[in-house]
Amino acid sequence: MSAPQAASDEVLIARIAQGDRLAMQVLYGRHHVRVFRFGLRLVRDEQVAEDLISEVFLDVWRQAGKFEGRSAVSTWLLAITRFKALSALRRRKDLELEDEAAHAIEDTSDDPEVAATKKDTSEALRKCLGGLSAEHREIVDLVYYHEKSVEEVAEIVGIPENTVKTRLFYARKKLAELLRAAGVERGWP
Amino acid sequence: MIALGKKMLGEGPSELELLLPWHATGRLSAGDASRVEEALARDPALARQYAVIREEYAETIALNESLGAPSGRAMQRLFAAIDAEPERQPPVTAGLGARISDFFSSLSPRTLAWSATLGAIVLIAQAAVIGTVLMKNQSATFRTASLSMNEPVARQLGGAAPPRALVRFAPDARVADITALLDKYQASIIGNANGGMFRLQFGDQAMSKQDLTSLVNKLSSEKIVNLAVPAS
Repeated sequence: MSAPQAASDEVLIARIAQGDRLAMQVLYGRHHVRVFRFGLRLVRDEQVAEDLISEVFLDVWRQAGKFEGRSAVSTWLLAITRFKALSALRRRKDLELEDEAAHAIEDTSDDPEVAATKKDTSEALRKCLGGLSAEHREIVDLVYYHEKSVEEVAEIVGIPENTVKTRLFYARKKLAELLRAAGVERGWP
Repeated sequence: MIALGKKMLGEGPSELELLLPWHATGRLSAGDASRVEEALARDPALARQYAVIREEYAETIALNESLGAPSGRAMQRLFAAIDAEPERQPPVTAGLGARISDFFSSLSPRTLAWSATLGAIVLIAQAAVIGTVLMKNQSATFRTASLSMNEPVARQLGGAAPPRALVRFAPDARVADITALLDKYQASIIGNANGGMFRLQFGDQAMSKQDLTSLVNKLSSEKIVNLAVPAS
């Protein structure tokens, strides 16, 4: 006897389109943490990120009937999250400020230089990942954390596939520069 | 050895170099993954860059995992908003389809098997009844033409037979079109289709040969009719 299979995301979306509240709870349970983390990395504010996930899943509730299944549900969720996050940033009118603040955000942990002196490359790397611009952070997260393909990232961010590849390359170069400035040499570039 | 992306001074990164992060995450097609594997095996500089990428990959996951999770308030707020939404009216057709589908899926295989058997028995019984009725009518109708030699055949048939034609409809003819055509000619389909030809009967009055030819010619010119010939 085979074990019962969990409903796929696509099946859940179809049920949500019919007004199935339980399907909504299951979908939320599956994806809300990743949606939250993606949003938080973009808006850098936990309260705003929490508001975002409510808005994202409410959109899913309302728009489920229009989901055509051309992309994975997780890709669709991240695309909505990104759109909501950028709208939230625009509302705060600090989009420009945000990039500058990325380098000056208060943090109780060590700065890259200190981390490097401790020879803790991992910590320095994480610190520098946090110091990337929003555009670069976003693409690094989508590829490395959300494990999205070139095509999926292109769909979420709304840029051509070749731009996805080059943008990640230059994000990685920027990361290497930040690390080098922090005294961490990794042999590339 | 020089990395593929640096083979020519001043050039940007190579295509394979750009694909390395997706190779690390396993999101390349089999063909691209194989090309990248080959390049990594023959280019130490590319392999070094790949090692750096794997480090970035691991630390990006660690960084994101350290972000924690949202509080339960987010979910409460979401479902409060959903409850405040107007009640959803599913489309009638989808709802009907779903209800039929739900009904059949709710039946156990045993129940379905019994239902199918019962349905088959009813069909056989129905066929037997129809067959009996037809046999009775058949004997009454055909005996007059072949056996009652004392009476004129025309009277046995109830006067001259109404005109008939064999018709083949165009493959893309819709049921609605065919129905409209039958109405227009006051025709009805008699008997089953044979080789794609339908036998049509026009009205209930006899018709001269000339009128029948004219009718068939008119019928042949109809858009949804491929072929029409007089029939007995």
